[in-house]
Amino acid sequence: MSAAAQTTPAANDAMISIRDLRVSYGSREILHGISFDIRRDETMVILGGSGSGKSTLLRTLVGLEKASSGEIWIRGKNMASATAADKEELRKRLGMSFQGGALFGSMTVGENVALPLREHTQLDDDTIRIMVRLKLDQVGLSGFENYKPSQLSGGMKKRAAVARAIAMDPEILFFDEPSAGLDPVIAAGIDNLIVKLKRAFRMTIVVVTHEMASAFIIADRMVLVDKGHIVALGTPQELQTSTHPRVRQFMDRIAEPEVHKEMDYLQMLTDGNED
Amino acid sequence: MATLDAIGRGTIDTFAYVGGLARLAGRAAYYVFVAPFKGRPLRIERAFHQGMAVGVEALPIVSLITFFVGLILALNGAYELRKFGALQFVASAVAISMTRELGPLMTAIVVIGRSGSAFAAEIGTMKVTEEIDALETMALHPIQFLVTPKFLAMLFMMPCLTIWADFMGICGGLIFGITSADFTVAGYFQATLDALYKRDIFTGLIKSVMFGITITAVGCYEGFSTGAGAEEVGRSTTSAVVMSIFLVIIVDVIFTALFYFTGA
Ligand SMILES: Nc1ncnc2c1ncn2[C@@H]1O[C@H](COP(=O)(O)OP(=O)(O)O)[C@@H](O)[C@H]1O
Ligand SMILES: [Mg+2]
Repeated sequence: MSAAAQTTPAANDAMISIRDLRVSYGSREILHGISFDIRRDETMVILGGSGSGKSTLLRTLVGLEKASSGEIWIRGKNMASATAADKEELRKRLGMSFQGGALFGSMTVGENVALPLREHTQLDDDTIRIMVRLKLDQVGLSGFENYKPSQLSGGMKKRAAVARAIAMDPEILFFDEPSAGLDPVIAAGIDNLIVKLKRAFRMTIVVVTHEMASAFIIADRMVLVDKGHIVALGTPQELQTSTHPRVRQFMDRIAEPEVHKEMDYLQMLTDGNED
Repeated sequence: MATLDAIGRGTIDTFAYVGGLARLAGRAAYYVFVAPFKGRPLRIERAFHQGMAVGVEALPIVSLITFFVGLILALNGAYELRKFGALQFVASAVAISMTRELGPLMTAIVVIGRSGSAFAAEIGTMKVTEEIDALETMALHPIQFLVTPKFLAMLFMMPCLTIWADFMGICGGLIFGITSADFTVAGYFQATLDALYKRDIFTGLIKSVMFGITITAVGCYEGFSTGAGAEEVGRSTTSAVVMSIFLVIIVDVIFTALFYFTGA
């Protein structure tokens, strides 16, 4: 590793720097060398069709998947050389809202939000109760402390998951498909919530989505991922006016040719592997 | 050649599986014995809740089953003993079989059905719904959070349940003793106490602890190895039960042989 590569991502003021990131499941490579920066306090939307590797990218950023090569720098620190203690410290500064919510089914909504506070702080129960109420207020779920996740609707589950993700006042907040599986009205509500959080807190927000409409509402900048490659990166206006064919196809919602044969499908999956 | 190949592969898989169980148990033990000294306190209340589910709630079914097993032992024993006019030995036959073998084993079978399967289902479901991932992103360790309390609960509850199972089995034998073998209640218990040595009870309790470790390790391991999709949870639950029963029997053979050859 050259000295320049060591210092570049650390020296710039990016919150997250990704350099030539490759990630595989078994022998199948999903991300084929991705590089971009996410700036401090910006909202970056990772846009792409389903199966393009967005969730994989997000999971790798939060440390749930291992990169096969490449670098991830977070807050000026190279994750590859970070110690277990460093990573644990970092994780306490991250919040993640999973696609299905991933609320703990055996606990109430309040206990879900309280969990990171109970485990990672010395706060007493009264303070925690107040903080839980505050977080639930912020996501529009006041008074739902004692509900079980199974009693909530899809949109409410997402909100509760956001409340849990922001419980520790994270510096970086990750969302995987915040509006997937919700009806348009509820989905718009979640978009508004993200915009509200972005205004209310100084936070770097990273959102993975395949919904164009929400991407344009929440993004400061966006990156379009296709079959494990980045095809475009820029502000919403820049992507809107791009002439790149893949970007246009995505923006204008032009249908993929349908695949009916197994071989075609497998070909499509492995396409990205020939860089 | 193919047969040898299959045997070789099977052997490797078996060692890998047992190695996985040992690693899981070892890491769970780390959070009991080492981590508390490194500023990661042990959360007893979660173990307490598990203990209620594993132990206290199992009492009725364990009682019922081991009571009847004790009665069955008495009936089967009496069938042979009667030929020798030695019906009075039925109390000691029941006592020794229950404490050394059937108390711990029947308890283990019930606990596998109730708790081993539940461990696999709980952890498997959490895997599928990304709750395990959520724990990790919150800097909480799934093994510390989920597995350690289960081990603690099992290590405490298995011997307790087993002692109770021994007692219920002896009560089952008692029913036969007073109705068909001219025992009085006091006489039956006296005969039982005369027949039992401390080591009979201890060997049973040692087995029960080993069974508890086996059941927890298999249940949690199967849970963590659940693949994507809800139907996978069913698969890991089933294999948790089958593997647990199999491994409990293997552990039983090993320890029974060990006790036999060391005279315990
Ligand atoms: N755990 C996994 N094991 C193997 N393949 C996976 C796994 N997770 C995702 N994939 C595959 O990786 C590809 C990208 O998945 P994903 O990152 O979830 O895409 P997206 O979130 O953009 O829809 C898909 O083809 C998917 O089948
Ligand atoms: Mg996804």
